[in-house]
Amino acid sequence: MAIEIDGKSFETDEEGYLVNLNEWIPAVAEAMAKEDDLALTDEHWDIINFLREYYEEYQIAPAVRVLTKAVGKKMGKEKGNSKYLYALFPYGPGKQACRFAGLPKPTGCI
Amino acid sequence: MSEDIKNFLYLNRRAPYGTIYAWESLEVVLIGAAFDQKVSLAFVDDGVFQIVKGQDTSAIEMKNFSPTYSALGDYDVNQLYVEQESLEERGLSVDDLMHLTWEDEDEDWAEKDSIRVVSRAELNKIIEAQDVVFSF
Repeated sequence: MAIEIDGKSFETDEEGYLVNLNEWIPAVAEAMAKEDDLALTDEHWDIINFLREYYEEYQIAPAVRVLTKAVGKKMGKEKGNSKYLYALFPYGPGKQACRFAGLPKPTGCI
Repeated sequence: MSEDIKNFLYLNRRAPYGTIYAWESLEVVLIGAAFDQKVSLAFVDDGVFQIVKGQDTSAIEMKNFSPTYSALGDYDVNQLYVEQESLEERGLSVDDLMHLTWEDEDEDWAEKDSIRVVSRAELNKIIEAQDVVFSF
């Protein structure tokens, strides 16, 4: 599978995750969100950027429980809870947000 | 639920690269920790090299996964035992290891050390107290 953006092709795996995370550009997230009928807001981008920074530092995509805790620490309890995160990413903040961010499926996610 | 929580110890005995054991162990730890088990890790023999600081894998074209050990604290894995004798036999001390910490949410995110250097005899007792031991 692949995503087409302005004539450039971005290869994805069978679950829709980007194969080469170095290829990621913000338009990839926009295109993936559109397929999921989501319009990305600043609140979505806060989480997507946070996930990319987390991966940069630790070389893994965090499990949703870990993401929730880390967001709570950085952005406050009103954002670091699963209700808020699931409202933003209805298919699951771990799976869906990591996919938009160009990361692999979270470790510990089955 | 509480009776379902078991003590898991992951015993890491091998050097980080050259075989897949160290990385596989780390992945299993992270997956297991997501299921609310009580998880601790022990580093013995060449396994102590897994958490040595300043790892550089560029010459062997393998992913340097040592930064991932720093994420263990986020996964509530904050008991890392390192065998004193294994360090000494390799000319290492705790200062050669990465500074791995966790943050205690109950104490306003106070940073605490995860690594505990223990003697072989102490580690034997720790291993005996476990419900499940995985050796990698």
